[in-house]
Amino acid sequence: MHHHIIVRISTRILVPFILLFALYVQFHGDFGPGGGFQAGVIFGAGCILYGLVYGVDALMRVVPLSVVRAIAAGGVLLYASVGVASLFAGGNYLDYNVLGATPVGGQHLGIMLVELGVGMTVAAVVISLYYSFTNR
Amino acid sequence: MAATRQRNLFAAVMLFGIYSLLSAALFVTLDAVDVAFTEAAVGAGIATILMLATLAITSARQKPVEKRSLTALLAAIATGLVLIYGTWDLPRFGDPWAPANRHVVPRYINKSGEEIGIPNIVTSVLASYRGYDTLGEVTVIFTAGIGVMVLIGRTRRRRREDDGE
Repeated sequence: MHHHIIVRISTRILVPFILLFALYVQFHGDFGPGGGFQAGVIFGAGCILYGLVYGVDALMRVVPLSVVRAIAAGGVLLYASVGVASLFAGGNYLDYNVLGATPVGGQHLGIMLVELGVGMTVAAVVISLYYSFTNR
Repeated sequence: MAATRQRNLFAAVMLFGIYSLLSAALFVTLDAVDVAFTEAAVGAGIATILMLATLAITSARQKPVEKRSLTALLAAIATGLVLIYGTWDLPRFGDPWAPANRHVVPRYINKSGEEIGIPNIVTSVLASYRGYDTLGEVTVIFTAGIGVMVLIGRTRRRRREDDGE
């Protein structure tokens, strides 16, 4: 799509806002609709849009496959380690109450970290699916 | 219906995307914004892109079917009848005395404000009360991603090795 100047320019304008919106959905999920799953998918879609217009190789320069795989694994690891952290803090597995000074504060922290883990995994898996399909 | 009758797979994918977007709008009118959000992002967005990517690998036309199987039609009709029979026992739509609305839902709605302290009950149920479930879901997504990488991602490496020889 190197000759579609309108598509290229509008993508260049839109992609930062899509990624910003994904982060908004990610960290505002406590207060409005949204959360890790949706944010991850939107983030992945923004990256895929960039890849569709500028080519997969351009996207691979921004987020190499090894980084994507590491993020996908890191998201699950983050989620699971929040559970282990609450074990060490003296609670049950994935019991966020013990993570903060107050139970509610601990819940806030736990949910934010867990949602971040979900978002990381979903975004990375979506991007890696795109890589797998386009690389053939 | 139109999507299944469609021989042109490109048009079928587009119809599925429109269908997803419409069902997202339906979820919004049912006040389920979180579900609508997911449906619009995943169903209408990513799934359509992935199906288009698949079409780019295969072809955009379906092979004409020579023979239509009577057994398949009978199996579909029988399954449909069993499903309709199953809906007879379901509680009426929006019934406040339905088991789903009496068990843990009142606790979530009444207590999550003080126990979790965040306004979006969906998030607090998803991430805190049902933390195990969500961990399982994330693991499933991760495993699915690995599966696709192993199944499709390896082909290229092998092809590259073939080119190198």
